[in-house]
Amino acid sequence: MAEPNSKPNTTVFAPWTDPDAVPLIRFRNVTKRFGDFTAIDDLTLDIYEREFFALLGPSGCGKTTMMRMLAGFENPTEGRIEIGGQDMANVPPNLRAVNMMFQSYALFPHLSVYDNIAFGLKRSDMPKEQIPDRVNEMLRLTRLERFAKRKPHQISGGQRQRVALARSLAKAPKLLLLDEPLGALDKKLREETQFELMDIQEKTGTTFVIVTHDQEEAMTVASRVAVMDAGVIKQVDTPPAIYETPNSVYVADFIGDVNLIEGTAAKTGEHAYEITYAEGVDPIKVTECEHEIAEGAKVTFAIRPEKIVVTQDPPEDRANAMQGKIIDIGYLGNLSTYHVELPGGQMVKATMTNASRISRRDYTWEDTVWLGFRSSAGVVLSE
Amino acid sequence: MRRLSWFNATSLTIGFAFLYMPMIILVVYSFNESKLVTVWAGFSTKWYGELFRNEAFLDAAWVTLRVAVFSSTLATILGTAAAYVLVRGGKFFGKTLFSGMIYAPLVMPDVILGLSLLLLFIAVGLDRGMLTIILAHTTFAMCYVAVVVSSRLVSFDRSLEEAALDLGCTPWDAFRSVTLPIIAPAVVSGWLLGFTLSLDDLVIASFTSGPSSTTLPIKIFSAVRLGVSPEINALSSILIGFVTIGVITFSISTKRAVVRRKREENAVM
Ligand SMILES: Nc1ncnc2c1ncn2[C@@H]1O[C@H](COP(=O)(O)OP(=O)(O)OP(=O)(O)O)[C@@H](O)[C@H]1O
Ligand SMILES: [Mg+2]
Repeated sequence: MAEPNSKPNTTVFAPWTDPDAVPLIRFRNVTKRFGDFTAIDDLTLDIYEREFFALLGPSGCGKTTMMRMLAGFENPTEGRIEIGGQDMANVPPNLRAVNMMFQSYALFPHLSVYDNIAFGLKRSDMPKEQIPDRVNEMLRLTRLERFAKRKPHQISGGQRQRVALARSLAKAPKLLLLDEPLGALDKKLREETQFELMDIQEKTGTTFVIVTHDQEEAMTVASRVAVMDAGVIKQVDTPPAIYETPNSVYVADFIGDVNLIEGTAAKTGEHAYEITYAEGVDPIKVTECEHEIAEGAKVTFAIRPEKIVVTQDPPEDRANAMQGKIIDIGYLGNLSTYHVELPGGQMVKATMTNASRISRRDYTWEDTVWLGFRSSAGVVLSE
Repeated sequence: MRRLSWFNATSLTIGFAFLYMPMIILVVYSFNESKLVTVWAGFSTKWYGELFRNEAFLDAAWVTLRVAVFSSTLATILGTAAAYVLVRGGKFFGKTLFSGMIYAPLVMPDVILGLSLLLLFIAVGLDRGMLTIILAHTTFAMCYVAVVVSSRLVSFDRSLEEAALDLGCTPWDAFRSVTLPIIAPAVVSGWLLGFTLSLDDLVIASFTSGPSSTTLPIKIFSAVRLGVSPEINALSSILIGFVTIGVITFSISTKRAVVRRKREENAVM
């Protein structure tokens, strides 16, 4: 189940499963307080070399703070951070092989686009005559050749973001921190840049830590995703694992669309349970539940809308079938989302691909339909 | 353009007459042929010629100019450094007190400032001369510089410095190649302000000057006590010219910098 992100290489990249692998970054019980406010709460985390590590979480949960501690602008109040086995406590930002792309871009307003990108190179040990080549390469990569001579205030928001990206990439650092690097780009350019980033990573072996508000982006680029909430990491896993087997209601709800059905659990066999959620209807049958659940415990059953099929007649090949009434249909072009009300008043969303034209569909608003899903389609969450 | 109402036009005229009449009279009479200040005897520039042959005045002017340049330069360096520490130094013990104290010399009467400096110079056995005037002027001009520069630094985006550090600058390199170029207009304004203040200071200079070094304002003041001569008028007119140019340059450069910064920041934010 916990398959790593599908990468074109043949050997599976999953150093976090290897007990002998040495992490590049180690957070050890790191706490960061600003006055009384705890921005990061007792964080322990390993990030491995060549990883593309994505941080997801609501605004203010401490993502930027984590980045700033890695870059050296903030010191942990408690705990320690190691990069490449070295304790970073007293290493100033300029001596860290880390570059950061700032959320606010922080472009130098008095320097041209070209000089912004060259800024770090001029202060590295790169020979002077190689700098123009490197800068031009970066300009090409971010498609900024035409704007090389302009000042930051003479270019658009998306172009500025690309300058910031180019500037942080230019030194080819061991560790690159990207704080919402692609937010201001249009969809097409964003997708291209995502692939560009993955390509750069394949080529240079740079480790990326990326903050994003875009789940799709995290799913596309990341080797692992961390979901944060109020200074705490709720779950770290590969994108498929985060999506398919969230460990808490919070994560399930945060990532993608989900139906949450509350009920009580009863054990029916090895890794198998029944969840009773309403009077007078069949309980939900669950198999392949990896963790142990106490008899009669209050749990939440979580299932993704696309794992539920909507049919006119009772589904025969699904372990679970429930009858309900269509309240609303959300038409999204390729997909439709059906909002179905179960007898107990519980609302369930089900997503179906629009295989046939909308006018040819057998059911519509107010119709009674069947919802079906497999016993392994959802997860039982006790938290 | 909207026309001013009758009332507003009158108040404006009276107000400005009050402000500028004395100076206009002074400038006009500096071109007077007659030696008598109060009697107009036709246009002449002879007092300007006379002035430029007067060694004592020329010496004083030369002293004043050097004092102004040195003290404002020194004040700019010290004031910028002070502003930087107060705005950027993070929290340190007594920071609020220091920030408040930087303003104190701005409101302190010149007499007290001059007197205390005089006492200090006597105490440390420093002979009064050009050096002591420079030190004294540096003392009060640096407060003005610190105020001008720190107000610029407060609105300066901290992450620019962090970005510079991140890209491999030492803190000093970051200051020199990022912070300083961006705050340069404020630093230049501070320098001009210090220069102008030093040019026309009489009180502090008279406490701290020695017999060998007299500044122009002191010279004028003592000459006037023996009677106003057209020569003094000519000299004062030149001074007015200098100060006016200084003040205008200061305000234009400040205004320009503000406009440009607004534009850049609007664009970057
Ligand atoms: N210097 C500071 N002083 C006090 N509080 C701070 C400071 N920096 C950050 N915080 C607080 O710490 C919390 C985490 O901030 P952080 O910038 O890491 O959030 P974030 O996850 O990056 O949010 P966003 O997605 O909006 O960028 C916030 O509640 C913020 O108000
Ligand atoms: Mg942030």
